[in-house]
Amino acid sequence: MAKICSLSEAISEHLHDGDTVAMEGFTHLIPVAAGHEVVRQKRRDLTLVRMTPDLVYDQLIGMGCARKVVFGWGGNPGVGSLHRFRDAVENGWPNRLEIEEYSHAGMSNAYVAGASNLPFAVLRAYTGTDIARYNDRIKTIHCPFTGEELAAIPSIRPDVTVIHAQKGDRKGNVLIWGIVGVQKEAVLAARRAIVTVEEIVDDLEAPPNACVLPHWTVSAVCAVPGGAFPSYAQDYYERDNRFYLDWDDVSRDRQRFLDWTRRHVLETKDWAEFRRVLAGTAKTGVTS
Amino acid sequence: MTEITTTEMMTVAASRMLRNGTVCFVGIGLPSTAANLARLTHAPEAVLIYESGPIGAKPDVLPLSIGDGDLATTADTVVSTPEIFRYWLQGGRIDVGFLGTAQIDRFANLNTTVIGPYDKPKARLPGAGGAPEIAAQAGETIIVVNHDKRVFVETLDFITTAGFLDGGEARARAGFPGKGPTAVITNLCILKPDPVTRELTVASLHPGTTRAQVQAATGWDIRFANDVATTEAPSEREISVLRDLLKRTGEAHGAA
Repeated sequence: MAKICSLSEAISEHLHDGDTVAMEGFTHLIPVAAGHEVVRQKRRDLTLVRMTPDLVYDQLIGMGCARKVVFGWGGNPGVGSLHRFRDAVENGWPNRLEIEEYSHAGMSNAYVAGASNLPFAVLRAYTGTDIARYNDRIKTIHCPFTGEELAAIPSIRPDVTVIHAQKGDRKGNVLIWGIVGVQKEAVLAARRAIVTVEEIVDDLEAPPNACVLPHWTVSAVCAVPGGAFPSYAQDYYERDNRFYLDWDDVSRDRQRFLDWTRRHVLETKDWAEFRRVLAGTAKTGVTS
Repeated sequence: MTEITTTEMMTVAASRMLRNGTVCFVGIGLPSTAANLARLTHAPEAVLIYESGPIGAKPDVLPLSIGDGDLATTADTVVSTPEIFRYWLQGGRIDVGFLGTAQIDRFANLNTTVIGPYDKPKARLPGAGGAPEIAAQAGETIIVVNHDKRVFVETLDFITTAGFLDGGEARARAGFPGKGPTAVITNLCILKPDPVTRELTVASLHPGTTRAQVQAATGWDIRFANDVATTEAPSEREISVLRDLLKRTGEAHGAA
């Protein structure tokens, strides 16, 4: 049953050291505010699952919150590399980072299997590639009816999934639209789910077939307007492309990254204060 | 018309590969530019599918990321990512996969995972994304990539996406639903797989490009077809539509 609460309360109650955490969003509705709160609360030893790790996971990895990343494609979309992710994989900074990688087809099928309460996903994938050679959790099975060779991969069952959506209502039902990615599957595959929303309304006014997550599938709903910045929220605000470009500079250097995160995340009490501080530093052109 | 750049030539040549009415699974970057140019010129009925979920996207400006809002609002429908990969790609409904890459070998296998050893990489690249299954399951694949010795390499450190594997009948034996790469379009030339060995062979040089330039930008002894053609230069219309598209895109994204 969803509890309407503050983001800090939701993270504190539902996301613990050592958890397997999925923060999903396919370039749209990325739960950035929630990621910051995890950094603020200094969670450690997390296994981070995401189809497309981007800036949020770069921050969590760089701040030493992650032990392992399970993923399909890790980059700064439209810009280039994730420097903190790369530094961890290439140089073990700030700690050694285990990786387990698939493809988008693999990750999305594994979420479907998780939501379906199945132990594994079956798909046509990975033949002829080195992906299975370096990931021993990708197995080959044969169709019991035709004998066709297929790939089997374990389902994704996060301890907690975190997503951002456009609307919640006062009971905690959640409505999400536009590019919905794997968010529904990620929530239904998880033991607990935290959803930040742009606004909480009396009536979702959701048409039939809309993507609604009923309140009894969600643990906490938190109103965090603008909580997907610098990604976008369809019908609320656009993507801030400047931030993605700036992140390439900020994240390239370890000390600059640490200074930025201290100033903008650790020393701010919540998302609203982060946005105020960022507006100030961005105005002076000094992002660190 | 100002002088046509090699990148413009590449984009136009790639766009011509997309036939009108085909269903195309589009990668971000150069492939997306080429696919949209095709849609705005000779292939208005081409159906563009992006892995984030939009089917039949008709963006007015090029997306910066694979999940831009403009893709969703201009699409015929937007579905979930699992649905894209399960029903539409694995379901066998994609004619053409349009891909970019970080590295490619002579049999059009692709590496977007790692440079150097996997466990101690010199450079960690983003990884597979949608490419392995697009290249396996789309009816055919077209690859658009800059021609450079660091890109066209003798041996890949990691095969992320299978092309023709070891060449010859290797791909057919592996049982992929799709027939594999049918063309690689670069800023210098168009390469096509040899019908028997499947080795990438220069089929057409872009105007002004020499064989020596292509060899110098390739990490193996590149083969040329017996009858190497000259790629038809871009028409005025192709170039003006492309430049307008890029101008609109720059303005819309704040030309950061």
